[in-house]
Amino acid sequence: MTNSLSHRSGAQARAPWLTLQRRDAIEGWLFVSPTLLGFLIFFLGPLIAIFIYAMSDWNFLSGEATFVGLANFEDALLANPDFWLVLRNSAVFALGLVPLNVALALFLAVALSRPFRGVIVFRTIFFAPVITSAIAWAIVWKFLLQGEGGPINQMLAMIGITGPNWLREPNWAMAAVIVTRVIKMVGLNMILYIAALQAIPRDYDEAAGLEGASRWQIFRLITWPLLGPTTLVIVILTTIGSFKVFDHIYQMTGGGPENGTLVLAFYIYQQGFQFFDIGYASALAIIMFVIVTILTLIQVSLRRKDDA
Amino acid sequence: MTRASWNRLAWIMALTLLALPFVFPFLWMVSAGFKSVTEIFGAPNLIPRVWRYENFAEVFTYQPFARQYFNSLYIAGVVTILTLLISSLAGYALARIRFVGAGLIMLLLVTALMMPDEVTIIPNFFFIRWLGLVDTHWPLILLPVFGAQGVVATFLMRQYFLSLPKELEEAAKMDGLSRFGIWWKIAIPMSRPALAAVAIITFLNSWNLFLEPLIFLSSLEKFTLPLALSNFNDSYGLPLWNLQLAATTLAVIPVLIIYLIAQRQIVESFALSGVKG
Repeated sequence: MTNSLSHRSGAQARAPWLTLQRRDAIEGWLFVSPTLLGFLIFFLGPLIAIFIYAMSDWNFLSGEATFVGLANFEDALLANPDFWLVLRNSAVFALGLVPLNVALALFLAVALSRPFRGVIVFRTIFFAPVITSAIAWAIVWKFLLQGEGGPINQMLAMIGITGPNWLREPNWAMAAVIVTRVIKMVGLNMILYIAALQAIPRDYDEAAGLEGASRWQIFRLITWPLLGPTTLVIVILTTIGSFKVFDHIYQMTGGGPENGTLVLAFYIYQQGFQFFDIGYASALAIIMFVIVTILTLIQVSLRRKDDA
Repeated sequence: MTRASWNRLAWIMALTLLALPFVFPFLWMVSAGFKSVTEIFGAPNLIPRVWRYENFAEVFTYQPFARQYFNSLYIAGVVTILTLLISSLAGYALARIRFVGAGLIMLLLVTALMMPDEVTIIPNFFFIRWLGLVDTHWPLILLPVFGAQGVVATFLMRQYFLSLPKELEEAAKMDGLSRFGIWWKIAIPMSRPALAAVAIITFLNSWNLFLEPLIFLSSLEKFTLPLALSNFNDSYGLPLWNLQLAATTLAVIPVLIIYLIAQRQIVESFALSGVKG
């Protein structure tokens, strides 16, 4: 402070260099500099680097890197059948997970948005898996879903059903990963929906109730349209989340069986850190970057419209 | 009973049925943690016939589990404090100071907002290796603080500062408090709810972090909990189920207890970050 005062007193002759505007700029940049520096080093730099890596044939073990242009993308898009399998798996995972998650979250939120005895108990239960480590969750479910002697199959056997070897058959494994992931994450969307439901004025329902509308009509004609913006945001966030799934797959199936649960995030890890194919893994990372950027842009522009 | 109370009973029954797959894994985890290897695959029973407490002792001899537990705790603590500091500084500037480039900075940060770590993990690995920090805890601290998680925290703080009334800060400015002083003495004490939300989410994220430990750590005594949990295998790579589930119980139950105590606060934090982030 004293510094700026002395500046001001000495500024009789010429305009002071340290104007309020300049000071704001210096302080602003100073305050954001730790975040900005970290962002440049650990995000923007690496982001540029994957574009360079992706144009090289670089095996980490041999250490030799040669420039190959777009060959890694050609490899991914045309030659490598695994890539299409991975994209198909990621799409199946997202298309299975998102509707199931959103529908269940909405159902739970509608059931739990108004107070009744025990409502907190139910909310607490449905949210508990969200704070649990994905690895811990996957360990327990892998145990429960074992083919022979697994608790779930033993219980099914008691009512006369022979359960499949859940995690050893590609289609069952995919279904198992989707369902256990939904159970883990649905609580998050549930609380977002509850918040949105509680923001809807009660008079709407009451007025409609007086007009003789049934509860289903009230939901379909009043509540559901009012939840539209929330649903859009939830759908996009959940879709992005489905592309991020890694720990769960790593621990439950390891991408198997027969690559049946090999999804994009796991495939990047596998190519980069198990097969050391840095160029190809970087090309995959760029594809993931593009997918998530498009989804983020949609989400941001939706929120803009929402604010306006 | 009236129709309304039948109705309510039906709802409660439906919810209880739905709650089973949410509760059952936790119960079975604890139960199996106390069973012997033979009983674990015997007829399914929730209460162990023989309580095998030794599982919990063997967890600590099979791996340096106490050390790994401590690693997770202190790393999550450091990450949380650093994130609080850095994100509230940047968030404050982006909310309150008008300066050239602020818009550009926001635009840049948005690109990182939702990006999975897998996108940048390969170059980050080579950078960390070049710094000689492989098999240390540094990447587990640096990458989350400056990655997507830190950006989410920054936006959350910015949003909260924007919602605060300006008058108090302006009065402090009149009194000659520096910008740094206003941030530390006025803005920070007023933002407890946002700071708590950032702290809770950041701590849990670090506590549950898996990709970075998996890629960077190789010595057992440096492992964090999730990596340690996935490592309870015999020499054929098959899981040692009773030890693994005992260890998982030890890792999960304290978090659940804290969650039960601070349930409202924790749920609200996630709601805040989900809506604003």
